[in-house]
Amino acid sequence: MAIEGVDIIKAAAFLGAGLAMGLGAIGPGVGEGMAAAKACEAIGRNPKEAGLLTRTMLVGQAVSESTGIYSLVIALLLLFVV
Amino acid sequence: MGFGAIGAAIGEGLTAAQANEAVSRKPEMAGDIFKSMLVGQAIAESASIFALVIAMILLFTSFSASSYVMISVVLGAGLCMGLGAIGSGVGSGFPAGAACIGMARQPGMSGRLTTNMLIGSAVCQTPSIFALVTSFILLFTDFSGRPVSPTWAALLGAALASGLGAIGSGLGGGLVAETSCQGVARQPEQTTPVTNVMLLGQAVTQTTAIYGLLISFILMFKGFPATEAWAPPMALLSAGLCMGIGAIGPGVGEGFTARSAVDQIARAPEATADLTRVMLVGQAVAESTGIYSLVIALVLIFVV
Repeated sequence: MAIEGVDIIKAAAFLGAGLAMGLGAIGPGVGEGMAAAKACEAIGRNPKEAGLLTRTMLVGQAVSESTGIYSLVIALLLLFVV
Repeated sequence: MGFGAIGAAIGEGLTAAQANEAVSRKPEMAGDIFKSMLVGQAIAESASIFALVIAMILLFTSFSASSYVMISVVLGAGLCMGLGAIGSGVGSGFPAGAACIGMARQPGMSGRLTTNMLIGSAVCQTPSIFALVTSFILLFTDFSGRPVSPTWAALLGAALASGLGAIGSGLGGGLVAETSCQGVARQPEQTTPVTNVMLLGQAVTQTTAIYGLLISFILMFKGFPATEAWAPPMALLSAGLCMGIGAIGPGVGEGFTARSAVDQIARAPEATADLTRVMLVGQAVAESTGIYSLVIALVLIFVV
């Protein structure tokens, strides 16, 4: 196989994009799961506050989602811009 | 052939480690519980038996190690089954342990507990069965007509997508089944809702393993044009890695969510509807990064 500059850069960018999104998905997935787990526990203990707890859970999850979205943006940049 | 032995060794080593972990979780029982422990261990063991089968095939088949495609098939099959057995082995150990402890507490519930444990463990085993299917397809499909250059990467990517993708779902499904066994032992009259929500929660944890299987199938069965460049094979390998690694987090996280939901349903039956709804909403959000990984993997395969 011929090894040329542009080709190698593209290959590295593709590999990087996959790794960025794959590894970046671990943290938010686990973290959001934990947030939802605690919300379930609290609702079980105090069912009257279900509305407030659901809202808080969603806000917390939205914040932990941000790093997943950063990974997505970086992956898309590596795929289409570099 | 050398690569095949490495793959088989990794697979067996990983599965032996988690079989030990599952066994060490439940030394505190006696008598009747011993039977249930053996059944539970047998299920946890099945994932490592899958790995053993693949390892045996790899060791005792004479492969014509003539091309890079064959090397990646052999390496991929070993890695796929080895990685795929981790989650299911550890995951199945959780409900087995909880069922044994539950029996010690509520000897009258042995029958219901064993049923619940078997259902829960069976769901935990599905991701390792996905990995087994992928390994078999890799080993018994004739890829010799395909061009060497992108095919080696596609097959290795397929193996990684199924193998890594199975870890999170197996582990997450196990967490759910563990608390459902605890719940059945604590509140025998709540058995039906607890089992139902367990199955619902486990089904959601399995989704990311199914994305991994989907990407594996696309990578194995889509024909890719021959290429001299490095970029196309790297894109395919990267697609497999992306989906495989990306499936771990959501699988584990959704397992945490469903674990707590099942636990609370056993304690506070009147909140079942609220809890199920919040569990599904929470899991849907946790799923989002798994879906991003799927999107990036599909872009890597079909667009770039």
